[in-house]
Amino acid sequence: MSVLADAVFALLLWPGLVGGAALAWLLLWIQRKLTARLQGRKGPPFYQPFFDFVKLLGKETVQAGGIDRSLLFGLPLASLGAATAALALIPVPGNPMPPFAGDLVLVLYLLEMPALCEVLAGYSSRSLYGQVGASREAVLSLGYNLPFLAAVAALAIQAKSLTLRSLAAAPMGPVHAAAALALLLSLPARLKRNPFSIPNAEQEIVAGPFTEFSGVPLALFELAHGLELVAYLGLFITLFMQVGGATPGFYLIAGVALVALLTILATATARLTVHQAFRFYWRWGAAAAAAALVLAKIW
Amino acid sequence: MKILDSITAISRRKSPWVYCLNAGSCNGCDIEVAACLSPRYDVEQVGVLREGSPKHADILIVTGPLTLRTRDALLDIFAQIPRPRAVVAIGSCPASGNVFAGSPAVVGALAQVIPVDVYVPGCPPRPQTILQGCLQAAMLLAEGKTHDQQGDARRAG
Repeated sequence: MSVLADAVFALLLWPGLVGGAALAWLLLWIQRKLTARLQGRKGPPFYQPFFDFVKLLGKETVQAGGIDRSLLFGLPLASLGAATAALALIPVPGNPMPPFAGDLVLVLYLLEMPALCEVLAGYSSRSLYGQVGASREAVLSLGYNLPFLAAVAALAIQAKSLTLRSLAAAPMGPVHAAAALALLLSLPARLKRNPFSIPNAEQEIVAGPFTEFSGVPLALFELAHGLELVAYLGLFITLFMQVGGATPGFYLIAGVALVALLTILATATARLTVHQAFRFYWRWGAAAAAAALVLAKIW
Repeated sequence: MKILDSITAISRRKSPWVYCLNAGSCNGCDIEVAACLSPRYDVEQVGVLREGSPKHADILIVTGPLTLRTRDALLDIFAQIPRPRAVVAIGSCPASGNVFAGSPAVVGALAQVIPVDVYVPGCPPRPQTILQGCLQAAMLLAEGKTHDQQGDARRAG
């Protein structure tokens, strides 16, 4: 197949839109089911995220006064497109996308897009709750990006490459341990789970940036969030967990284990304030980031 | 198109998100609604999620006799819920005004202001009955038989 056909396959089928959505719904269900079981509840059936998505697609889209129609649909579409493209670039098993120099930089940029769209969505919705949520997300992104970017930079320095496949192929060492720790620290805030569910703090500030979104735009935002989750897990496993071989089964088991870890953390903790979360990232996140970078320089 | 319609209908039955509104209730019904979310009754097992924003909701749950002060808030919130939507009235108060009927501070029955699809009887109703009422409203949504889908856009002055 030509390069173009490969790219289209990766974007639309695997690991992009269709395969990514199926995985996202599975992982979102595991999150909700495990949360319910840990709280002593029964929890939703496995098809729940799928029906939630379809139901939202079939709802009316309420357009509040003063919101531009192109923003109302453009922001969720940009968010979904960026998450899909990021997923299509990550070398999970069966991904036909050919590697190219600098694909790591592109993935980092694309992974930043959903958070940016969320901030813009919050501000453009002209809702007080949306604006509070957006400002919280903007402040928090300055915190969690420090360990996240430092972890990836440390691996790139060690491998002397900006290609994802060569980073994944680098032999495991102490740099990987420090970088994995830094990336794990940033994950709960990136995915807006407790104790860092500050931007979308449900009930506290209604639904954060998505308060004014309904119907199709809300469904697209939810799907983009699911794809983002799959992309982060895929990136983490690709970079740090190549010990068990890169079989699809290993990816699935490791992904489910990471989701379980995040869910247990989320159910065991209460929400922090922005101030506390920011201090956490610029203290412990910065320490992990510095350790990873120093190890990458001297090893 | 027929398959798409039936999938949409199933999804409306499987994922009814609710928004709770206290229209001057004594809190008795609200405590029973809260009990529905607890481990014993867990509404999430049938797909019900409690939403903070009316724009995410499918079903409006109203408790309490409609007081004059909450009337405008109720109309505002009802207008924000995207179609198709259903209204579930919890307890005796929204049905008739209950012991508050005739009070100068109370509008009276909820159906004078917005169309009500399901009445859940009781003062307060048991959590099982509230759960059943939500499922009945979700079934009406799936079958397209709510007042809203039948084109009853009632608005009292």
